[in-house]
Amino acid sequence: MYPPLTILGDTLTWLVENQQSVIEQTIQHLNVSLTSVGIALVLWVPLGLFLHEHDEFAPPVIGTAGMILTLPSLALLPLLIPIVGIGVAPAVVALVLYSALPMIRNTYTGLEEVDESMVRAGRGLGMTDRELLFKVKIPMALPVIFAGIRQAAVLVIGITTIAAFFGAGGLGESIFAGIRLDFPRQVLGATIVVSVIAIATDYGLLAVQRALPGGSEAT
Amino acid sequence: MSWAAALALLDVPLSSVFTGWIDYIGANWDQFLTLLRGHLVMVGIGELLAILIAVPAGILATRDPRLARIIENLGAVAQTIPALGVIALTFTFLGLGKRPTILAITIYALFPILKNTVAGIQNVEEADVRAGRGMGMTNVQRLRRIELPLALPVIFAGIRTSTVLCVGVAYIGVFVGAGGLGTWIQAGLTTVNYDVMLAGAIPGALTVIAFDRGFSVLEGMVTPEGVSRDTTEGGAAA
Repeated sequence: MYPPLTILGDTLTWLVENQQSVIEQTIQHLNVSLTSVGIALVLWVPLGLFLHEHDEFAPPVIGTAGMILTLPSLALLPLLIPIVGIGVAPAVVALVLYSALPMIRNTYTGLEEVDESMVRAGRGLGMTDRELLFKVKIPMALPVIFAGIRQAAVLVIGITTIAAFFGAGGLGESIFAGIRLDFPRQVLGATIVVSVIAIATDYGLLAVQRALPGGSEAT
Repeated sequence: MSWAAALALLDVPLSSVFTGWIDYIGANWDQFLTLLRGHLVMVGIGELLAILIAVPAGILATRDPRLARIIENLGAVAQTIPALGVIALTFTFLGLGKRPTILAITIYALFPILKNTVAGIQNVEEADVRAGRGMGMTNVQRLRRIELPLALPVIFAGIRTSTVLCVGVAYIGVFVGAGGLGTWIQAGLTTVNYDVMLAGAIPGALTVIAFDRGFSVLEGMVTPEGVSRDTTEGGAAA
């Protein structure tokens, strides 16, 4: 339909001409994404810790989180709207739910996989269970936990795009408007910005994760 | 105690939120079947194309470690691009309709399958492959009779993940005029009618759960005896 080079040029022109609204939507987008990741962090990492202490709950909880993650976002968001209304609220709830699997699973497995000899060394030094958790297990598991947070963040940034359809704002708005108006350069421009944010988040957090002690091996 | 009785006890009217969507599906049964069929056809074609491309490509990639690394990195990047973005991209070149959605599904499904094919074959014990060589098997025979059967559960897990993912991508297709269950979600939202919205959402959610369970049963069936089920965790929302 379009020669690729022309459309790339058009897209760049569009981005430059509309930088004001693109920046605004980017901030909105990050706002929704970061709020969700923040809430998810506060909920799911402690839940992962809890599951480590109470193994018997791990399979059902992780199983449920896995099931939630498979639900299409365009199906989950409408389910939430009758409960929490329209706008940012259902988006944040959905995004927090989607973050559950990577965060809980990685916190749990990270703690479970801490070398037994380390734990025994700590115990030999006379550490209490609490000290063992905070001074040995969590530091050792941190790269794996962080990998879970990273996966969740990338996922959330992508799904925030769709939440725009339900009034959450963000760069998805430009994409939807572009499709409606049959204005490919706008669609492409906004898509490129979202993708760049997602990829930058992935690599940025990966760099942080690698910098953590023992973080070079975790994926 | 039944749901209705429980709600009556709580003095909650059996509101339309709980049953309205079922009534709506009942009243529009023919349209429902058309939408569901359209949805599943898109997932089916897109997924099939992805399997036909990704499995052979994955096998080729395992013959060359450098290629495997490139595919791994490319796959990681491709997965970070939002599904709506992929659809928007294919829409730019193919216009409105089912075709851009099918292409987007294929692109999105490609990498989980590719990744798992590579991982599955690479995880086959070196000793098993060497045993085959010792028995005088050719490369092709080893691939067909040792590596692929042992890798099959992992490849299958990739197909399961991507199929589930694609049901979600097919939903998004409604924005580029692909039809499918997303049609009712869009219609319900524009007319602020929760019944219509839920009538579009709940069947899709149930489809996903059914696919996930169904595939995990199939996965168990293709797992060769004596191989522990060590498949990669699936699942990712679109």
